[in-house]
Amino acid sequence: MLDFTKILGAGLLACALGATSASAAECIAPADPGGGWDFTCRTVGQLLYDQKIVDAPVQVTNMPGGVGAVAFANVAAKRADDPELLVATSTVGVTQIAQGKYPAGIDTMRWLGMLGSDVGVIVVDSKSDMKTLDDLLAKLKADPGSVPVAGSSGVGGWDHIRMLMVADKAGMSADDYKSIRWVQFDGGSPAVTQMMGGQVGAVSTDLGEIAGFVESGDIRILAALSDDRIPAFPDAPTAKEQGIDVTGYNWRGFYTGGKVSDDVYNGWVEKLHTLYDTDAWKKEATAKGLVPIWRGGPEFETYVSEQVDAMARISKEIGVIQ
Amino acid sequence: MDILAALAAGFAVALTPLNLTLAAIGSFLGTLIGALPGLGPVNGVAILIPLAFALKLEPSSALIMLTCIYYGAMYGGRISSIMLNIPGDEPAIMTTLDGYPMARAGKAAQALGISAMASFIGATLATVGLTLFAPLLAKAAIHFGPSDYFALYVMAFATVGGVVGVNPVKTLFAAFLGLMLATVGLDPGTGTARYTFGSFHLYDGFDPIVAIVGLFAISEVLVYFETLHKSSDGMVKMGRAIPRLREVLQGLTAAFRGSAIGFVCGILPGAGASLGAFVSYTAEKQLSNKDGTFGKGDPRGIAAPEAGNNAAAGGALIPMLTLGVPGSGTTAVMLALLISLNIQPGPLLFTREPDLVWGLIAALYLANLVLLILNIPMVGLFTRLLSLPQWLLMPFVVMVSFIGIYSISHSVFDMFVMVGFGVLGYVLRKFDFPIVPVVLGLLLGADMENNLRRALSISGGDFSILVNSPIALGIYALTLAMLALAFYMARKAKHGPDVSD
Repeated sequence: MLDFTKILGAGLLACALGATSASAAECIAPADPGGGWDFTCRTVGQLLYDQKIVDAPVQVTNMPGGVGAVAFANVAAKRADDPELLVATSTVGVTQIAQGKYPAGIDTMRWLGMLGSDVGVIVVDSKSDMKTLDDLLAKLKADPGSVPVAGSSGVGGWDHIRMLMVADKAGMSADDYKSIRWVQFDGGSPAVTQMMGGQVGAVSTDLGEIAGFVESGDIRILAALSDDRIPAFPDAPTAKEQGIDVTGYNWRGFYTGGKVSDDVYNGWVEKLHTLYDTDAWKKEATAKGLVPIWRGGPEFETYVSEQVDAMARISKEIGVIQ
Repeated sequence: MDILAALAAGFAVALTPLNLTLAAIGSFLGTLIGALPGLGPVNGVAILIPLAFALKLEPSSALIMLTCIYYGAMYGGRISSIMLNIPGDEPAIMTTLDGYPMARAGKAAQALGISAMASFIGATLATVGLTLFAPLLAKAAIHFGPSDYFALYVMAFATVGGVVGVNPVKTLFAAFLGLMLATVGLDPGTGTARYTFGSFHLYDGFDPIVAIVGLFAISEVLVYFETLHKSSDGMVKMGRAIPRLREVLQGLTAAFRGSAIGFVCGILPGAGASLGAFVSYTAEKQLSNKDGTFGKGDPRGIAAPEAGNNAAAGGALIPMLTLGVPGSGTTAVMLALLISLNIQPGPLLFTREPDLVWGLIAALYLANLVLLILNIPMVGLFTRLLSLPQWLLMPFVVMVSFIGIYSISHSVFDMFVMVGFGVLGYVLRKFDFPIVPVVLGLLLGADMENNLRRALSISGGDFSILVNSPIALGIYALTLAMLALAFYMARKAKHGPDVSD
């Protein structure tokens, strides 16, 4: 009997360790532990405290579901005026909003800022005969079904849309680029390893997760979807240089409830900006393959709203939404 | 020699007093968490990651402690499978099939002993495989394409009828029910919501662990309520603690076979520990079930899946470390951990962070040994659970189930889902439908569908891609052979003496 209570006690203690007791701010990662949003919350939360920008450790809560829709709905309904709340999001979440897959639009929330961005790339196996973006596009133009392309999102997700934006700019018709074969995997690394195994011809995804394969020489970047060349890979050309004016950033940032006061809103924008200016953040972000980029406050709200408009337009053009 | 030198350096990293203490603490905490119904290695590691951060440990120390928690939880998960018929995590389902009957027959301590031994063999052999062949195996695994994975899942479902010894039609029905439940949620290929009825909570579908706790734990309690007025059969008499030599020897060969099968399943990212345990069990049953003892407490029915899932867990570290591709739920959490420690697994990890990788591999050997030593005295402690009267045990099971599920998902909705699955499990039991195939359908169904759709996306809808790969053809041939063997055995059994099921 004694042993039994001991087991119970130890078990409860262990459970309690998972949910740390009351602390000042909370960051909701709208996904399971391990994903990009979880990383955003944990890293930023940790640094905010380490850099003494907030007084108490930031508690990270995982609230997975509906590609962020569950957390979005929860904040809108119950915590719209919670002054101590950050919610991690990214281009992936905004794509969902643009396609009407969240319960409400971007106006429901206040958008605080972005601290960094992953860069979209189009890569092929290093043994592939495709050396430039043109080589790939020429094959797709001749026969859209000739090269199956893979990524970490489903049809209509950000990896897919970025690829189609490139095809669109290269002059392919909507009917043609709709017939490009798209294969979804559970992440960039599985997509790349399947490409190395010869199952698919090219991969369109974020660089961060697959940078190791570029460094090891297993795969080749045909195009970086960024304004300038990626600092870590100065030899990899951008799509822009190759005459295709497309960028495909996947930024990481935060929103908070739509009913917080201006003081609270400005307070968080300032804290995040202070964090962005530290060397610690730049080091952490670069280590994760992110490019540190800051947009905050009203500027960020405008940016998000423009991005939503652009994505809704592309999604309509490719027939993902009506 | 290079490998041995590197491994020796790894042991130098792992064998500091601090790391040894962390290994012991990790193993102990992991075993406790794993022993709670519904809390398995995935949750164990996820729940205790904050502890590693709070202690401000070096990356190698944090990794060693969390690895020990991981392995400890895998060991602990068997305890609730065997003692309570409630799997601690997905791969432990197969262990309930023979472990629980054995415990009910008064051989709980032997069952736990065999499972500890088989786990040790499976995990150690997998670690040896990881040490010697990691980069080579990772290169081989990438040639497994979507159509090959699909063939693997076809094999799993084709042989599901042989897993539980009841009416095959009911088994198939249960598996189909699981497959149907697996379609709920966002379709990963296109992001379309299926059977969600407008609820965002259903967008991610049913978490298998929530379903498992409901189907096994909650339905067990409901069945108990029904028999409340009858005399209790709750007390189980304790048998000897040490397995008989004959059982050990039988278990040993089963454990070696299970290790080999599990390891192969583990290396394939996307197959993982559940499939490893499942295939190990079915293969062992087809090979050794000559007297019809499987499902009634055959020690080999514990040894094979236990060795299988531990070997698969070790094997799954290979694609995780060398390719950054997690092969199971737990390796996904470990991957997240590495990334949060600023270590990016991938093709360069072994050359760039040799201390860390070899320290981790040394920690795996260490964790296994610590757990074996730790588990032998703990067997006595855990078997005492069974001497509790049911009226005391059942409320405890309910409480831990609710706490467990809430601590993983932080979702009240999931607690309702769990209760729903509990009622479903109760109904299924009343009509004599087996529960294990439902979970297998739910667990493997989504992956099976995803791989089918990936294959068809690659081929542009042409079904011939499914039989165009030599690997897939080999798997189909093996499936046919297994089915033929099963029919042959069934015919023989009909004519043979005194075999009723």
